[in-house]
Amino acid sequence: MSADTQTIAAEPVSAPVAKKQKKQLSEGARAERRLGFILCAPAVIIMLAVAAYPIIYSIWLSLQRYDLRFPDQAKFIGFSNYGAVLSSRYWWEAFFNTVVITVVSVVIELALGMALALVMHRTIWGRGGVRTSILIPYGIVTVVAAYSWQFAWTPSTGYLSRLFGDAAPLTSHWQAMAVIILAEVWKTTPFMALLLMAGLALVPEDLQKAAKVDGASAWQRFTQVTLPLMKPAILVALLFRTLDAFRIFDNIFILTSGGHNTGSVSILGYDNLFTALNLGIGSAISVLIFICVAIIGFLFIKGFGAAAPGSEMR
Amino acid sequence: MASTTKEKVGWSTANILVVLFAIIPVLWILSLSFKDPSSLTDGSFVPKDWTWSNYKGIFKTSEFTRALVNSIGIALISTFVAVLFASMAAYAIARLRFPGKSVLIGMSLLIAMFPAISLVTPLFNIERNLGIFDTWIGLIIPYITFGLPLAIYTLSAFFREIPWELEKAAKMDGATPFQAFTKVIAPLAAPGMFTTAILVFILCWNDFLFAISLTSTLRARTVPAAIGFFTGSSQFESPIGSIAAASVIITIPIIVFVLFFQRRIVAGLTSGAVKG
Repeated sequence: MSADTQTIAAEPVSAPVAKKQKKQLSEGARAERRLGFILCAPAVIIMLAVAAYPIIYSIWLSLQRYDLRFPDQAKFIGFSNYGAVLSSRYWWEAFFNTVVITVVSVVIELALGMALALVMHRTIWGRGGVRTSILIPYGIVTVVAAYSWQFAWTPSTGYLSRLFGDAAPLTSHWQAMAVIILAEVWKTTPFMALLLMAGLALVPEDLQKAAKVDGASAWQRFTQVTLPLMKPAILVALLFRTLDAFRIFDNIFILTSGGHNTGSVSILGYDNLFTALNLGIGSAISVLIFICVAIIGFLFIKGFGAAAPGSEMR
Repeated sequence: MASTTKEKVGWSTANILVVLFAIIPVLWILSLSFKDPSSLTDGSFVPKDWTWSNYKGIFKTSEFTRALVNSIGIALISTFVAVLFASMAAYAIARLRFPGKSVLIGMSLLIAMFPAISLVTPLFNIERNLGIFDTWIGLIIPYITFGLPLAIYTLSAFFREIPWELEKAAKMDGATPFQAFTKVIAPLAAPGMFTTAILVFILCWNDFLFAISLTSTLRARTVPAAIGFFTGSSQFESPIGSIAAASVIITIPIIVFVLFFQRRIVAGLTSGAVKG
């Protein structure tokens, strides 16, 4: 109660102040502007120095022949590195793997995440317990989860391998891809579910009731009322997860190290830098991955009309 | 909401399935960590002979203890700096009028979605030239950079919810600006900052790609990277037991955070994305 009166009491004071600021872009406004810039400066400087500058540097590196074993022979060679990467079978295999993993895991996550979100939204009993437990996959270190899956599928060690008659899925291409997708889905479905659940909370209960009164079945209510209203939340969740899945690295590195042709583009970039020690080719791959991610983001925001998160912020 | 017994059973089953889905892989790694080397390869979900030897083993070597110190130190420092700078920026975004706000938000989003591998290659070369390759600071810098967008994003969502008029009200009641800040605003802002700190900490704690790319020795290698390099050396008969034990130890803080701050973490993860 007292807080309320205080708020009201403050109003008449703040109104004239705001008016004064508007009339003359004067001391007050200028000071506010300056303070805004000063407060943002450290964050902006760090982000520019550690993200923007290296990307430009990496474009520069990608135009050179630069082998770490022969650093003296570094030489500007134009777009040859890109030519080498784009005409290489390894790039396209890695690209294909990455696309398969991204599409399949994001589709499964959307379906599973929606089911999870509905369970969390509707359930009354044990809601806290469910939310707590699904945060575990989100929070757990990816490497740890990946080891858990790897050991589970290792013949004679793992319970899952034993369950499926001493299966060794990590030793063949498609089965290994399936395990990678399983690990990815397990780890990231909770995040998807939480975003979707927050979207569900925005669907007014009244609309559901009205549709029910009009005789809509549960499925009709879901597809005709809930889904259209959730479209923005779904698109944001899909955008986040697609961009995230496209840079998959940890799971593959631990599960197969890219063996049996399961490498993603990130694995390929890493191998070119740390195994082949080729900075030029590695940088070209980095830049290409960056371009892919930019295209995905652009498609989602312009193509599907996903509101870029934060765009409504003022 | 009137729910029949049948419905209740249905939802309970669904809940139990969800919980099992989430915790079975964790229980499995826990089980492996307690298995005796002789029974490590029996494929049983529950250990037959329980032993602490895997834990004793990893704490005997600097390979793990040093990595644990690195992990904790690097994650804490990165979180502190990222949340500090992000709070300043988020305060400005939430409260002040100045041009370029949307550029700032757009830029942080761009970085949040950046493929980390695209930064690894140039950073590897830059850090070698600057002599900070394989040091704490060499990892802290990229962690702050990736922590900042997440923190700015989450914090500006939290800060917009704070009733800032209370600050003026407190001043009207005779509080000094400093008192108004420490007694009124800081307590209101603290929960959001704390939640953001947890999210940023998890981000740094989880990282693997930077940790293996920008380190080469125990000097700065964090636990996820160290685990990735555990080999069946002479001390350990098989690395599985040590990997499992080390995994359990770095999973404990996350489980504790999640248990105590479940509500806040959910709010933090979803606030920015949904309310836009």
